[in-house]
Amino acid sequence: MNETVNKTPSDPADKPIIEIIKMHKWYGDFHVLSDINLQVQPKERIVICGPSGSGKSTLIRCINRLEEHQRGQIIVNGTELTNDIKNIEKVRMEVGMVFQHFNLFPHLSILDNLTVGPIWVRKTAKKKAEEQAMLYLEKVHIAEQAKKFPGQLSGGQQQRVAIARSLCMNPQVMLFDEPTSALDPEMIKEVLDVMIDLAEEGMTMIVVTHEMGFAKSVADRVMFMDEGQIVEENNPNDFFDNPKHDRTKLFLSQILG
Amino acid sequence: MKKLPTQKREYLAPPITEVGFIGWLHSNLFNNWYNSLLTIIILLLFWQLVPPFFSWAFINSLWNSSAAECRDIDGACWSIIPRNVDFIFFGFFPEDQQWRPGLAMFLLLGMVFYSKDRNRWKKSLFVYWTINLVVMGTLMYGGVFGMPVVETAQWSGLPLTFMLALFGMVAAYPIGVLLALGRKSRMPAIKTLCVVYIEMIRGVPLISLLFMSSVMFPLFLPEGVTIDKVLRAQAAIILFTAAYIAEVVRGGLQAMPRGQFEAADSIGLNYSQTMRLIILPQALKIVIPPSVGILLSAFKDTSLVVIIALYDILKTTKVTLSNPQWTNYSTEAYLFLALFYFICCYSMSSYSRKLEKELHTGH
Ligand SMILES: Nc1ncnc2c1ncn2[C@@H]1O[C@H](COP(=O)(O)OP(=O)(O)OP(=O)(O)O)[C@@H](O)[C@H]1O
Ligand SMILES: [Mg+2]
Repeated sequence: MNETVNKTPSDPADKPIIEIIKMHKWYGDFHVLSDINLQVQPKERIVICGPSGSGKSTLIRCINRLEEHQRGQIIVNGTELTNDIKNIEKVRMEVGMVFQHFNLFPHLSILDNLTVGPIWVRKTAKKKAEEQAMLYLEKVHIAEQAKKFPGQLSGGQQQRVAIARSLCMNPQVMLFDEPTSALDPEMIKEVLDVMIDLAEEGMTMIVVTHEMGFAKSVADRVMFMDEGQIVEENNPNDFFDNPKHDRTKLFLSQILG
Repeated sequence: MKKLPTQKREYLAPPITEVGFIGWLHSNLFNNWYNSLLTIIILLLFWQLVPPFFSWAFINSLWNSSAAECRDIDGACWSIIPRNVDFIFFGFFPEDQQWRPGLAMFLLLGMVFYSKDRNRWKKSLFVYWTINLVVMGTLMYGGVFGMPVVETAQWSGLPLTFMLALFGMVAAYPIGVLLALGRKSRMPAIKTLCVVYIEMIRGVPLISLLFMSSVMFPLFLPEGVTIDKVLRAQAAIILFTAAYIAEVVRGGLQAMPRGQFEAADSIGLNYSQTMRLIILPQALKIVIPPSVGILLSAFKDTSLVVIIALYDILKTTKVTLSNPQWTNYSTEAYLFLALFYFICCYSMSSYSRKLEKELHTGH
């Protein structure tokens, strides 16, 4: 693990683990992200919210190069994302991602879902990868399902497996793209609890979510995006109590009812 | 929690016309007037056709007699098969050496049965197949252990059919998968090459490919160089089948949700790992039914090699029928062939259904 993990997130001398500088992205002619600047310190927990279509998913998907940016720089853990496939693979090893629709591999057992990355990417021995996978499954409270297939689990269970699958790669950063919005209400808590545990252990996290309770209690910073720009960012207290921009106020009033 | 008062309620048996044999008859065969009429007509037809066929095939038939004895009966002369089995199965393979293709076919069937069990799909199976193919090839060709050489031109009948079909299918599948991946590639050169290949092959009938491989292809070879005729036919069948497999596999690839690629990318798998471990296992499973369709027609299409003067099992049967003694018994011979093709194809398709069920993981 990187030594910087032990420092406090507020230390200004700290080297950021993610650095996004003047980044722009287009889908064809459509300017979906405009002038994004973002620095994330190790152990920092960032929540991104904003209306549908504002570019939240696109932004975090640029961080592990599921989407390509056209201008500006994205530097993850000292590696700049370019067309160089080697750099991309290096970054993806360090960045875990959890999707809205879980995206587990349906033809593999839960255990195999967790070990496929370590075995093939990190070249871990099979036995060791399986032991490690069982530890992470215990951590997300689902060890007894290891032999089952994804199709046999509930949505909440599948999302916890997806989190464990990312953790098995020992990532420095975890990205979450609306991890609870495809879940039934009674399953949201079990997933959020796992994420809170993770935050308490000091994982660097960027979470796109509309779970404002989670944002309030866990986030170091909350960001509001609209029309492809970061409109406002602040610590959670000020963000929710004194939003500065009208668009933020409007959004919060809608989402908090 | 307060318990709800349980209500007494009667459970009646359904009316007799809805269940059991009568119910089945009623709902499947006699549910309205035209279905009833159809049922009756078909029953009558059966009545007309089945008993005469039965007495022709089984009662008045001869199973192992000379052609002369057959002339005096009304029934089927099945004797044409056992009396000519050597030639139908092994064609022009020298008669005193026919134990060799016989043993080779026995080994082949043994291997096929052995491979049916999915638990045996390991590296060792690949080794067994390689060893077996070498042994079978040696048996067929000879030249060692005192077995005289038998040129491939003399290979015919069952071994030829099985060889063309088996290699046709086994080699075409991986080539087809590569073509499908190539067609989806982001590199324009590879993509164009694959598209041109696939569309060109699909645009011509197998017969013309066989012709080209046997007549035109040798013209392009430098003088003195010859490539075995059977091998050329085999190559034509492989290349032809691969193009069709490619399109089916491409359909399977397109059916894969984008999330699977993204999840594989996000844990750092590279392109070939993503394809091999995540995408192809799922995509190929989806396309089992159409692939089997292609493999079955590839199997049956091997009989087209007659046009380039190769003697597959259909042709050896025809040659048998050209013998004036047996020429009247073509019905029997063709029924036997039909049964042979049916057994092969039916086992393949029922095996594929079993495989599909086994690979289902509940999603
Ligand atoms: N592959 C694509 N091609 C073209 N346009 C796209 C593509 N993906 C997303 N977009 C567009 O980019 C914009 C931002 O999409 P994005 O998915 O990032 O929004 P989001 O903030 O995550 O919204 P949501 O809350 O609905 O998930 C949307 O207008 C969307 O229509
Ligand atoms: Mg989104």
